[in-house]
Amino acid sequence: MSGSFTTSAARNIFFGGTVFFFLLFLALTYQTEQALPARDNRQNLTPQVVAGKKVWETNQCIGCHTLLGEGAYFAPELGNVYVRRGGAAGGKEFIKAWIKAQPTGVPGRRQMPNFHLTDQQLDDVAEFLKYVSEINTAKWPPNIEG
Amino acid sequence: MKYQSQAVSKLYFIAAIGLFVAQILFGLIMGLQYVIGDFLFPAIPFNVARMVHTNALIVWLLMGFMGAGYYLIPEESERELHSPLLAKLLFWVFLVAAALTVVGYLLVPYATLAAMTGNDLLPTMGREFLEQPLLTKVGIVIVALGFLFNITMTVLKGRKTAISTVLLMGLWGLAIFFLFSFYNPHNVVRDKFYWWWVVHLWVEGVWELILGSILAFVLIKVTGVDREIIEKWLYVIITLTLITGIIGTGHHYFWIGTPEYWQWWGSLFSALEPIPFFAMTVFAFNMVNRRRREHPNRAATLWALGTGVMAFLGAGVWGFLHTLAPVNFYTHGTQITAAHGHMAFYGAYVMVVITMISYAMPLMRGRAANSNKAQVIEMWAFWLMTISMVFITLFLTAAGILQVWLQRVSTSPLPFMAAQDQVTLFYWMREWSGVAFLVGLLIYIYSFFANGEDAPKAS
Repeated sequence: MSGSFTTSAARNIFFGGTVFFFLLFLALTYQTEQALPARDNRQNLTPQVVAGKKVWETNQCIGCHTLLGEGAYFAPELGNVYVRRGGAAGGKEFIKAWIKAQPTGVPGRRQMPNFHLTDQQLDDVAEFLKYVSEINTAKWPPNIEG
Repeated sequence: MKYQSQAVSKLYFIAAIGLFVAQILFGLIMGLQYVIGDFLFPAIPFNVARMVHTNALIVWLLMGFMGAGYYLIPEESERELHSPLLAKLLFWVFLVAAALTVVGYLLVPYATLAAMTGNDLLPTMGREFLEQPLLTKVGIVIVALGFLFNITMTVLKGRKTAISTVLLMGLWGLAIFFLFSFYNPHNVVRDKFYWWWVVHLWVEGVWELILGSILAFVLIKVTGVDREIIEKWLYVIITLTLITGIIGTGHHYFWIGTPEYWQWWGSLFSALEPIPFFAMTVFAFNMVNRRRREHPNRAATLWALGTGVMAFLGAGVWGFLHTLAPVNFYTHGTQITAAHGHMAFYGAYVMVVITMISYAMPLMRGRAANSNKAQVIEMWAFWLMTISMVFITLFLTAAGILQVWLQRVSTSPLPFMAAQDQVTLFYWMREWSGVAFLVGLLIYIYSFFANGEDAPKAS
């Protein structure tokens, strides 16, 4: 590095650049917050969905599954599971029956624990997954298999 | 070791290595569950093993950063640590909190653990990497603030250098962005959006400041190159890091309900994120080539060079592979992500912590460097762990490419589990690479106990 480029010049560029890009990031965040109501399905964020999200979290579903592609890669994507399993024609019923039927106990196969959810909790988490499936995700995933 | 109080970092380094072993053992359990699905079920379900694997990693890296801070700050500030007692006290608080949390994960169903630890008061649990109970999260904040108070006071009372300034900024940033882990909106899109303010702004933001300053510190010590030159490089590297990495957060905002313009911002800026890592590699090699002394600790120099190369490959190259939105559309949430995550964490953060341990530990044990025999063993461990990690990454990448093809690209897409069945071979090879990694880690630990007659005394 040349002699005219001093450490204090490097430091000033660092502070200036960081502040500039962090402010830009905040501006983009503000814009995103303005745009979200049209995309994030908040009109369907009912108390039941909120309760379902808590069931999702307190049973650590993200430890095996992905939700909109984020999480663990051990088990299927669940952001679109409601649609994949029938949507309005039985998606929620399928999800509830599936959770209740675990574990399958098939030797050598990946196993999902039984979380002993109540009927209310099953309804809540199914409703939560329905709500997630209606978020505008820029057409992701590429196909119904997630 | 110039100041007595630097010795507190020894506790942190030893605990970090212990947790590293736990992390790898649980990683091997998970790797086996990928191919033998019911292995250890229901005693240790996959999600529990994964929590231990990732949380142990986070905690041991934090321990490593703190240890590095307690070692480096007194030396940079040219004075004793503000309060060695506080440092020791916080160590035990942190270790006990981490141990209790892991015991909780392993022995209590997660929902029960949540109910027992006050998750109903403020629900923060059940989100990836932030699974810790509320009490543990509060504990982390207390330990972090106590640590920051201790080293900040030391810096304020002593010499201020670029290295200590950058380290302090990184560590304060770490603590500040962790506060977003307490924010858990009901709205899934907003939850995910701000979750990345912890995860991305840590690992592709403030943690890189910590990484850069630790690397710069060790390079000054082992090469004897002028501080002026090294500190200038440090500022250039972290400037590149933050001007690419902050907006680079956008590569997580492609498919989670956020507006489409993030595909442009995220792709463009994160495509530039390899540049600071490349600069770091050039920096490390350049400084070692221009060295003005032959430091007896060749193992630490090897780890420093390895950090540059592996961070560039893992974070830079493997990150770039899937960061452009049109590619990420297919690779998002697959084994490609896992491949990148493994090599990036190893190359950047695991290796920089080991670099610091490798440099500081012999000094704390009263020698300038370990004996030749111990260093040779340590270098064997370096190569075995590093090459194993390369293979883990390559096999996960192969698995990921197949997964993407079978499940997402093919004209007749397979369901998730059907696609997984097709890639079993690669999961087996990943697992064996993991076993080799564990052997490397055990050799690394053995290197601390290997005796040799010729260890140079510390001056």
